[in-house]
Amino acid sequence: MAIEVRIPTILRTYTDGQKAVEGTGETLADLFADLDTRHAGIRARIVDDGKLRRFVNVYLNDEDVRFLDGIDTKLTDGDSVTILPAVAGGMA
Amino acid sequence: MLTITQALYDQIVAHAREDHPDEACGVLAGPVGQGRPERFIPMLNAARSPTFYEFDSQDLLKLYREMDDRDEEPVVIYHSHTATEAYPSRTDISYANEPGAHYVLVSTADTDGAGDFQFRSFRIVEGEVTEEEVRVVSHYG
Repeated sequence: MAIEVRIPTILRTYTDGQKAVEGTGETLADLFADLDTRHAGIRARIVDDGKLRRFVNVYLNDEDVRFLDGIDTKLTDGDSVTILPAVAGGMA
Repeated sequence: MLTITQALYDQIVAHAREDHPDEACGVLAGPVGQGRPERFIPMLNAARSPTFYEFDSQDLLKLYREMDDRDEEPVVIYHSHTATEAYPSRTDISYANEPGAHYVLVSTADTDGAGDFQFRSFRIVEGEVTEEEVRVVSHYG
């Protein structure tokens, strides 16, 4: 079961510069564990303490997974996952 | 150094003034690898806050897809500070995830007193802040 994962610029150091990689998994949690076997270290940039990091957005197809089941969101063959760090900041 | 047209500069300033007292934010997109900002894309501050900004997550996805389709990248990421100087805060530094971008900060702190409007540009790479010169041109040569 192949899932396309789109990688943001900041994480392409883990994917030899590739903009998209493939992975497998029943859920997002599985997928990130799978990616980490080939792109060591990438999981920790997305997941912390078993949860998605607050300032990393993950989308399943067009939907922010926070509005689905977060890291437990189920995946199906042919899905596309996009990872985008939040653009955020401010005085406080 | 950031080279930017007067027209884009003015658009950032106008956006920051318009959204004051909330922080305003947005992007100037440009062709990949050229370092030339061309397209003004004001973003909604989903936090609608005087002390914090965050692009709405759906808008963010749409923005990056669109830039990808057009072979563009975020050349400038700008936001305003509304009560402090135009210098990256600790929050700005910890969430700066585009090492290739110019981070433009403007300050509307003096808006009411009509003092100097601060417009400054920085590189933020792995937590390291480097200020750079801003050169405003009428158009790119």
